[in-house]
Amino acid sequence: MTIPFDPTLAAFRFGVGLGPSAPGPASVQAMIASLSGPDLAAERYPIAGMEETDPSMAEFRFAAAARRAARGTPEVEELRKKEGEFRQAMNVTRRNDHLRTIARAVTTDDGLRERLTLFWADHFAVRAKTFAFRSMIAPYVTDAIRPHVVGRFSDMVVAATLHPAMLHYLDQWVSVGPNSTVGQKRGFGLNENLARELLELHLFGADGPFTQRDVTELAELLTGVTYDFRQGFAYRTDRAEPGAEVVMGRRYSAEADLQTVKSALVDLATRPEVADHIASKLVVHFVSDLPDPTLVASLAGVFRETGGDLLAVTQAMVSHPAAWIVHRSKVRRPDLFVMASLRALGVDGDDILNMRPADYRDWMVRPLQVMGQPYQAPSGPDGWPEDAESWITPQGLAGRINWAMGAPRVMVDPLPDPRDFVQTALGPEAPAEVTFAASSAETRSEGIGLVLTSPAFQRI
Amino acid sequence: MDRRAFLTRSLALGCSLAASPLVTPVALAQGPWDARLVVIVLRGGLDGLDVIRPIGDPDLARLRPRLMETAGLGLNDAWALHPGLSGLRPLWDAGQFGALHATSSPYRGPRSHFDAQDVLEAGTFPAGESRSGWLNRMLGIVPGMTAETAYSVGYEQMKILSGTNPYLQWSPRSELDLSPQSRRLLDLILHDDPIFRDAALRAVDIADTLFTEATSDAEDAGADGEMGMMMAPAPTRGHAGVAAFAAQRLRAETRIASFSLHGWDTHSRQDIQLNGALENLAETILTLRDGLGPVWDRTAVLCMTEFGRTAHENGTLGTDHGTGGAMLFAGGALRGGQVLGRWPGLAEADLFDRRDLMPTSDVRAAAGRVMQDLFGLSRGDIEDTIFPGLDMTDAPRLAV
Repeated sequence: MTIPFDPTLAAFRFGVGLGPSAPGPASVQAMIASLSGPDLAAERYPIAGMEETDPSMAEFRFAAAARRAARGTPEVEELRKKEGEFRQAMNVTRRNDHLRTIARAVTTDDGLRERLTLFWADHFAVRAKTFAFRSMIAPYVTDAIRPHVVGRFSDMVVAATLHPAMLHYLDQWVSVGPNSTVGQKRGFGLNENLARELLELHLFGADGPFTQRDVTELAELLTGVTYDFRQGFAYRTDRAEPGAEVVMGRRYSAEADLQTVKSALVDLATRPEVADHIASKLVVHFVSDLPDPTLVASLAGVFRETGGDLLAVTQAMVSHPAAWIVHRSKVRRPDLFVMASLRALGVDGDDILNMRPADYRDWMVRPLQVMGQPYQAPSGPDGWPEDAESWITPQGLAGRINWAMGAPRVMVDPLPDPRDFVQTALGPEAPAEVTFAASSAETRSEGIGLVLTSPAFQRI
Repeated sequence: MDRRAFLTRSLALGCSLAASPLVTPVALAQGPWDARLVVIVLRGGLDGLDVIRPIGDPDLARLRPRLMETAGLGLNDAWALHPGLSGLRPLWDAGQFGALHATSSPYRGPRSHFDAQDVLEAGTFPAGESRSGWLNRMLGIVPGMTAETAYSVGYEQMKILSGTNPYLQWSPRSELDLSPQSRRLLDLILHDDPIFRDAALRAVDIADTLFTEATSDAEDAGADGEMGMMMAPAPTRGHAGVAAFAAQRLRAETRIASFSLHGWDTHSRQDIQLNGALENLAETILTLRDGLGPVWDRTAVLCMTEFGRTAHENGTLGTDHGTGGAMLFAGGALRGGQVLGRWPGLAEADLFDRRDLMPTSDVRAAAGRVMQDLFGLSRGDIEDTIFPGLDMTDAPRLAV
């Protein structure tokens, strides 16, 4: 069976969409060639990892601590001002990182890499629970997710699980072995949050072959892993639960050290049962909420054979005929909808970076919230919903319509002719009613807005 | 209507906007009952011991020496109200605001917000047992429900209402200001995709109702002269805006509304944090009452939280995640002016895990009983479908 390759479908389903100078990939081989090459988008619009992010979390925490310590003294006003400057600088960093993420997607020739990054960042979803971590979520993706989307799954598991953003979000930093030195001295105990989500969400799925006992054992195994805002990741032997742990029938070394934790994570991440969960999630995300079992089985097989080589798994997906079913049942998530719209409009990457803060607030931050996807704030560690019904609600659709009618004129001057824009955005087979609507609208803005609102644009 | 017929009609009628469903408001069925239920999810873990203070319990001062420094409003010999809720004191006196104490959801896990909220909103145990929320399952029991019957207000995903039965979500900050021509063309491009078409129909309808009400309110204000000038406009922002919008829908076809309030996770400086959050809650409830007008008498407002907080105050003038707590309730359909529930005491041996207020009731039973009394739902439906496995034998009666 040959693959019925279609550049438009490729750009919609496996990319960020079409644009004036982006007619869609030429072939599956071309998609995989880009993905196998250097990460050009990240080189063009770099986003620092956590250790390089400026201001650092330590600078901010020290400033906040200094202000608290000076309470009631004449210096407190000066220190409060200083802390405020750090807060502002962190907000600027967060905004710039967001805009760079958008600029990458809008200008890239390697759209699949952007989509994979969105997918895997959602698979290992984190959320900032304190102000200090708000500017560390994009750096988390830089550190733990993006380098591994075409690498090994087990490497991503280790990097994401041990990242301070994850350690904080899922409470690992407060988990202490009850029989460790610290646990005995201060009466601290286990927190199973990370262990549970690791098994349930990141590795095996809710129906996976593990029990509450495995969760507790894994939580004990993870003790010692914590973070310190001065030095970032840390391993503390005095917090580690003594003794060996047995997780899902395998006994891990009694040595309380980081290497034990890492090798246990790699061992868990390469178990054969992981393959089914990951394969199914990939197909649900990219192809259909009702995944074709043969497609899932094929991906799972490649995952097992290659020990979780994600380039090979991705290649298996885009090479499989079942991934190219013509019916588009998925809809673009709000973040992807915004990126794809700006891409279709041919917005210049530098114009995105130079967006005025007020425009960023009015046309990015708030609309994403109305559309149901507040930036970097999924409601739980299970990430964003996949089904179209969760997004295309009255409020969610109203948010998309308002954005489609209003944002383009802020971002592009002059706006393209809607009659041309239909072809640019939807490809050569644009539906007749959308073509008609684009040419019948009273203004350019409305014409553009109607094209972006059409299911033909939103469905992938 | 199939696509061909739709297009033909559009062309035949030209720009006749009346023909377009996106221009003509949809007629909505009446809800199946007259009573209203508002469930406010207090996310973060409300400290029931600080809000409804058991001043008659000899151990309270020992457990919370610093938090008790700010005086509460004495309700009777046993209870005092946190000063942040002083705005609700008149409702208490009128028998329209009260509390169920020493209650909790069945969640007894490691005190995680995520899991505890999951149990509270799913209404099932353990966490992750059900993907639907209990209010949504309730919608499935009664025939004649429409999407308009239940509203999730605000941007947040409310698990309590999510599920297969239709409900609507809207935030008062959403707007939809489209030219008639755009509406007609939107109708054309969305028509063949049912999810898009139905969502757009609803969105346009909600936006139009809001617009119509705003216009007629303004006209009323003009006609009433000074009276109208003195009336404060309904709030549109923040928690009060959410409450005003919910009240507006509840005065029409809607029977159930749910939304969240935040700010309850008071690990430190609880004296300041909780006060602000409670003032917001009081304003929310008063906005609901004002907006509901005569319907307030048929309304039950339940304020539920995922867990209570530790009985001991901690070293940073706060409290940590606990177990038992309080459910606050308000509305003319409920018997306020009282603190319900069996008090377990605060002596160390009486605490759950020797640290938290011991729950003596399942908060789901109280909610179930309210639905039984207000909506006439059968106990069997509540125990089997809405809250599977719940035993309502000792459920307190809140309804008037």
